[in-house]
Amino acid sequence: MDTFRDKLIPVTSILAGVVVLWYVCAIILNAPFQRDLDTRANETPEIIEFIGKTLVQPKPTLPAPHQVAVNFFENTFLRPITSNRSLVYNAWVTLSSTLLGFAFGTALGIIIAVGIVHVATLDRSLMPWIIASQTIPILAVAPMIIVVLAAVGITGLIPKAMISTYLSFFPVTVGMVKGLRSPEIMYLDLMHTYNASASQTFWKLRVPASVPFLFTSMKVAVAASLVGAIVGELPTGAVAGIGAKLLAGAYYSQSIDIWSALVAGSIVAALLVMVVGIAGRLVDRAMGGRPA
Amino acid sequence: MNWLKPSWQAVLAIVLCLIAVALGAIAAPKVDPLAQSAGTLIYPYAATSWLIFGALLLAALISMARMPSIVEAVVLFIGAHLVAWLLIGGIAGFEGLARAPYFLQLAAAWLLGWRCVAGLSSLRATAKWERTALRLIIPAIFGAWILIIWEAVTRGAGIPFILLPPPSAIGARIAGSLPVLGADVRQTIFKAVIFGYVVGSAAGFITAILADRVPFLRRGLLPIGNMVSALPIIGVAPIMVMWFGFDWQSKAAVVIIMTFFPMLVNTVAGLAASGHMERDLMRTYASGYLPTLIKLRLPAAAPFIFNALKINSTLALIGAIVAEFFGTPVVGMGFRISTEVGRMNIDMVWAEIAVAALAGSVFYGVVALVERAVTFWHPSVRGG
Amino acid sequence: MTGISPAVVAASKLGLTFQTNDGPVQALSNVDLTIGKGEFVSFIGPSGCGKTTLLRVIADLEKPTSGTISVNGMTAEQAREKRAYGYVFQAAALFPWRTIERNVALPLEIMGLSRAAQAERIKRTLDLVNLSGFEKKYPWQLSGGMQQRASIARALAFDADLLLMDEPFGALDEIVRDHLNEQLLELWSRTNKTICFVTHSIPEAVYLSTRIVVMSPRPGRVSDIIESTLPRERPLGIRETPEFLAIAARVRDGLRAGHSYDD
Repeated sequence: MDTFRDKLIPVTSILAGVVVLWYVCAIILNAPFQRDLDTRANETPEIIEFIGKTLVQPKPTLPAPHQVAVNFFENTFLRPITSNRSLVYNAWVTLSSTLLGFAFGTALGIIIAVGIVHVATLDRSLMPWIIASQTIPILAVAPMIIVVLAAVGITGLIPKAMISTYLSFFPVTVGMVKGLRSPEIMYLDLMHTYNASASQTFWKLRVPASVPFLFTSMKVAVAASLVGAIVGELPTGAVAGIGAKLLAGAYYSQSIDIWSALVAGSIVAALLVMVVGIAGRLVDRAMGGRPA
Repeated sequence: MNWLKPSWQAVLAIVLCLIAVALGAIAAPKVDPLAQSAGTLIYPYAATSWLIFGALLLAALISMARMPSIVEAVVLFIGAHLVAWLLIGGIAGFEGLARAPYFLQLAAAWLLGWRCVAGLSSLRATAKWERTALRLIIPAIFGAWILIIWEAVTRGAGIPFILLPPPSAIGARIAGSLPVLGADVRQTIFKAVIFGYVVGSAAGFITAILADRVPFLRRGLLPIGNMVSALPIIGVAPIMVMWFGFDWQSKAAVVIIMTFFPMLVNTVAGLAASGHMERDLMRTYASGYLPTLIKLRLPAAAPFIFNALKINSTLALIGAIVAEFFGTPVVGMGFRISTEVGRMNIDMVWAEIAVAALAGSVFYGVVALVERAVTFWHPSVRGG
Repeated sequence: MTGISPAVVAASKLGLTFQTNDGPVQALSNVDLTIGKGEFVSFIGPSGCGKTTLLRVIADLEKPTSGTISVNGMTAEQAREKRAYGYVFQAAALFPWRTIERNVALPLEIMGLSRAAQAERIKRTLDLVNLSGFEKKYPWQLSGGMQQRASIARALAFDADLLLMDEPFGALDEIVRDHLNEQLLELWSRTNKTICFVTHSIPEAVYLSTRIVVMSPRPGRVSDIIESTLPRERPLGIRETPEFLAIAARVRDGLRAGHSYDD
């Protein structure tokens, strides 16, 4: 807990600095438009009044933090959860496809990793492609998957989940291969002296050794999965979800809506990563890991 | 029987092959549109069906004889690819009419291809060039078979063009639309990606150096930077488009934001990576901040910095392409993808994706090469 | 020792207490020590006796919490800023991205020597540690013993009169260690430097030193100082002589008296 306290003060003060900077930027960025409005209305407001006005514009260039906070609060807590303007509803739509895709992606990633570790042919032939494919901007495929699947009548959760699956299985595969190969030669030799079978070595040595790697890569994977779900909502057709909110905000220049959707997305991402992190720590604890 | 060395792939291939022959024609016949008398049927694989069968059987049987694995691999390579070539060549004009034997024989050829790769994987090469060659050939065969199966299945089963065009059609589309693709690459990569990547990475690097001088900042920025790396930053794209307009500047802004944090976090971590002993050593020389930074800490941080540069090369492309979904002038890779998807020109979309993949790999490859040259001393580089 | 030439290292009532999570730990307590020019002084004792800490205090890598320390008549900090000593660590700590000659050049670059002067000193010091011909090699291309020799060359490169060595051969096998000990003695007699040498090997300490400082833990303190009666010329075979064994026995007694064997 010592380190936590060490970090708390710097983190909060930097965040406070960001908020202050945000206000300053909001005033500066919104000022030209406000000056424009004032000249048209033939007003010459005091500097304080002018600053106040820049922070309450309905469609500001940069909304002030409190505007975003109010919008976020209204759309999260004051609307019925079933309303399609509710951020909870939209976040849930995105979250559900994220989780589905993440689950499939993790399972697929683990299976491929096990195959790569145990079948030399796969290791030599598939692994280079897995690594190479990480260099490819996979997200570019997203709209095509959505539209093409819609053309054959598959819409809704599945196409978005497929994109999430696609994005999340790469990190899991790479992390898992590394994890399953992480036991040192000494331990493998030890298993060898017991004449342990491949499956015994796998379950008693490789799997436990790979757990920390699995959770580290799952943290990356769940974040990628969320990005996949959001981008999957961008092509026309998506009616709900954080990505759809972003797109709608962009169409109607509702900058406050965009920002609060971003905040919602960030909170979902932070929660997901945190949940995976806590799960990882619990598993580690259960396996007798030394408490950090 | 010690001249025989059965492998399950070859045995299964023979079984599939025999079933295929028993089932009859490889593809259904169709009406000849050019024939004078109506109703004349033309038959596919008239000349080649026995050749395909023979090649498969022969390759499978020969491969099980006891011989050097390199010879076996060559036999299998020729057999499998000859069959694949004949199958794909023969289906031309009969798209969508393939019957079960077509797919069985494709599967048999694929099994032989697998056997070939397995044989190559088990080869213990001694010379350096042999190892390098194997390291390239094995994945190349694997990649080729993905394309072969893709091509053969889409054409054999007649999968609708909009669902999944065969690779040959995508290749033709790339060759036919070079000017358009070139303009898109220029707009997206040479303007938005490169500019954003350089500025974003440089800004992250400089911020990290500054943060490093102030422990308070470092302790605060590191957790924040780590957290931000997990956030869907791509969502700022609509805001950047509102601020900087439709042209490449808004995409560059997205790229800057996306590349900033990985560089910040990695550089800060890298600057802390030099060992205690080395830092004490610099202290015994009464070395100042700047010499220590330049002579010890930056070189020690280089692997971390390059890691960020590699991560950023992918992020930059993603950022620029996705940002274009929110609005662009009528050029750019993301723009092309979203509009051609709307017009159901799926082959053009695939062409654009292929170009993006190529650009991404080249970008990454260049960064990786520079990394190898600069961090030649690092165990991960000199070991492999 | 302190009669004519001024002491190279002089410590009086030196104490150092670390504040840790488990409360204060007294790493050094009441250390009085004077080292004269040209001496070869070994510090020996079990782990936790503060021998490395003492060396680090001399090098101004740690600040004492009580007492005084002077190096070459200055404070330790001034001495460090004047580059009064070369320091050799437990590991070679060579920079893997520099060749052997660039590693030796590192302190010279920092001290702002000209290229020509650098080249001359690199050649001289590499000759001194018998590493000529390996200038262009990278550290990982050399054996552990050669790496440690390169790091000694690096410490010698800028001609400091004092050499501080913190278990420099601890990680090497005994055969290599014997060889390096021999070379170190030869180097010492040729250059007439003052050497402070931390070790936990009794034979090594007796073989190398003109004086052996025996230390004991909790709190870290000097429990005995033994003057060696061995001649300056010491072939490896000297380790079988009764004189050598007698000194070794005294060191062992000193360690036992300091309760070093309790645990």
